[in-house]
Amino acid sequence: MIEVENLQKHFGAKVAVDGVSFTVNKGEVLGFLGPNGAGKSTTMRMVTGFLPATEGRVTIGGADIEDNELEAKSKIGYLPEAAPLYSDMTVEGFLRFSAEMRGVPASELDDAVDKAIETTFLEPVRHQSVDTLSKGYRHRTCFAQSIIHDPEVLILDEPTDGLDPNQKHEVRQLIRRMGEEKAIIFSTHILEEVEAACTRAIIIDRGKVIADGTPDELKARSSNAGSVLLRASGLAGSGIEAELEKLPEARSVSVEESTDDGIVARILPAKGKGKGLGKAVSDLCQTKKLTISELRVEEGRLDELFREITKTDDQD
Amino acid sequence: MDALITLLLEFAIPTLVVAGIFVAILKFVLPREVRTIFKRELKSYFTSPIAYVLFIVFLGISNTLSFFFTGVLEGGEADLFLPYFQYLPWYLVLIAPAVGMRLWSEEQRLGTMELLLTMPVAPWHAILGKYLAAAVVLFAMLVLSFPIVWTINYLGDPDNGVIMAGFVATFLVALCFLAVTSVVSALTRSQLVALLVSVTLCLVLWLGGLPNISDLLMNMKGGWLVFWPFLKLINGLGVMPHFTELAKGVLGLRDIIFFLTFIIFCLFATSVAIRLRRA
Repeated sequence: MIEVENLQKHFGAKVAVDGVSFTVNKGEVLGFLGPNGAGKSTTMRMVTGFLPATEGRVTIGGADIEDNELEAKSKIGYLPEAAPLYSDMTVEGFLRFSAEMRGVPASELDDAVDKAIETTFLEPVRHQSVDTLSKGYRHRTCFAQSIIHDPEVLILDEPTDGLDPNQKHEVRQLIRRMGEEKAIIFSTHILEEVEAACTRAIIIDRGKVIADGTPDELKARSSNAGSVLLRASGLAGSGIEAELEKLPEARSVSVEESTDDGIVARILPAKGKGKGLGKAVSDLCQTKKLTISELRVEEGRLDELFREITKTDDQD
Repeated sequence: MDALITLLLEFAIPTLVVAGIFVAILKFVLPREVRTIFKRELKSYFTSPIAYVLFIVFLGISNTLSFFFTGVLEGGEADLFLPYFQYLPWYLVLIAPAVGMRLWSEEQRLGTMELLLTMPVAPWHAILGKYLAAAVVLFAMLVLSFPIVWTINYLGDPDNGVIMAGFVATFLVALCFLAVTSVVSALTRSQLVALLVSVTLCLVLWLGGLPNISDLLMNMKGGWLVFWPFLKLINGLGVMPHFTELAKGVLGLRDIIFFLTFIIFCLFATSVAIRLRRA
C-alpha cells in the first residue's frame, strides 16, 4: 500500500533524511520511532507529498506521489505534527470542509462528519469555534479530519500528543482497530505505544533506518533480552554464584544483592545458547535445594534498545 | 425618485447580471475543489472583523474624501465625476493588499498549508479559489459605493455609461493589486510583511504609469544606464495608462488583455512561490 524507496531530503548542506526505504501493507500498523530531529516528520511530509523529495520514490496504492499526485493524495489521511486547524471555523464546519475537499460526495457529507465526530469523541465541542478549543480537542479535531474520508492509508505524526492517559488509550485502540483494514504509519516518542498498537516498528536516527522489525523482534535485540533475574534463599556456603557462572547457557552473572541467606542475581544469556537459561537456572537451584522466591526471564525492552542504538547528539 | 430608478436600471441590474454569471461559472464550470475553497475563504472574511473594517475604511475614505477634495459636488457635471475615479486606485493601493494579505500568509502561520497541500487538490484550485474570494470582497466594496452614484444622479444628469466604465476599470486595477498581493503573501508567514511589501509594489505599479513619472523615468536613461531596463519594465507594467483608457469609457481590447495577462501571470507566480516555500 505504501512503498518508500531510498527516500532522501537535503536542506541545503544538511541531510535530514538519508535513504529511507520501507513498505507498509494493508493490515499493518507501522510505528515510527526516533529521537527528536531524526527525520521522522520530514519523512512523513515527503510520504504525504507536502515536501518534494530530493531523491527517491513514494508510491501510495500504486500511484506515485509526484507523478500521480492527486490520485495518491486522495488515498491518504494525514495528521500533521502540529495539528493545524483553521481558527475561524467551528469543529463541524472544519470537518465538513475537509470532507468536501477530500471528495466525499454531498449526499454522504452529514454521515461522514457525524461518524468522525463520534469516533474521536468530539460531540461536546461540535459547534464550538476551533479558536476556543483545548489542546486535546484541537488534536482530536485534526485527527478526525484525517479519517473523515475513510482513507486506505493513514499517516499520523504523533497522534497521541497532548492527550490525557484515557484519551491516549482510546486513540491507540482506535489505531489498532483501524489498522486491520488500512495501512497506517504513526510516529511517537512513547515506546509503550508501539507495543500497544503496532504490528511493526522502525527506528530512525539521523535520517537512516537503524532497526526494523516487529515489536517482539526489536525487544529481543536489546542487550537485556533473555536475561534471568533470580531471587533465592537458603544457600549458606553453596557457592551459587560460581555455579551459575559455569552454566553453558550463561555469559555472566551479576549479583545485585547478597546476604548470608539469600541472593538476587541477574544472569545474562550466552550468545546463541541463551534459550534454555531459565530452565537451567531453575534446575540448578533445585539440585542445590534453594528456595526460589522469584525467577523471571526478561523479554527485553524497547527503550533499552532505543537508548543503545540511537545517539543523542546536540551538535547537529 | 428618477435617480433611484436610474440607479436600479443602469447599475443594479448589470451588477446582478455580472454576479449571476460569476455564480454560474463557479457552480457549473469550475471544479468542486475551487468552489469549496472559495466558500471557506469568503466565509472567513465575514466571520472575522476584517471585511467589515475594510468596508468601513474604504467607503469612509472614498466617499468623504472624494466629496470634499475632488470637487464632484461643486461641478455637478458628469465629466467631473472622473476625478473620483482618479483617486480610487490610490486607496486601492492600500485596500487591495489589506484584503489579500492573509490569503497565503495566514495559511503558513497556522500551519494549515500542510493540510491544504496534502489534500487531493491541485495548487491552482486553491490559488484560484482564494483569489476569487478576495476578489468578491473587493467587488462588494465597489458595489457598496453606490451612494455616491445615486447622489450624482440625484444632483445632475451624468453619463452613467462612463461611470460604469470607471467602476469596471477600477475593479480591474483592484484585481491587479490583489494578484500582486497573492504572490507576496505566498512568500511570507507574516501578514504585516505581506501588507507592507504588497503596498510598496502596488504603489510602484501605479506610479510607474503616472504620466509625469513616466517622462521622468524615460529622461533618466542617460545617467541611469544600468537601471534603465528596470525602469523601462516598471514603466511598461504601469497600470495607470490602461486604467485611464478604460475609465474614459474606451473599451480597448489591448487594455483588457493587459489586465488579464498580468493577473494570470501573478497567479502563476503564486504557484511558483508556494513550491519554493515548500522545497
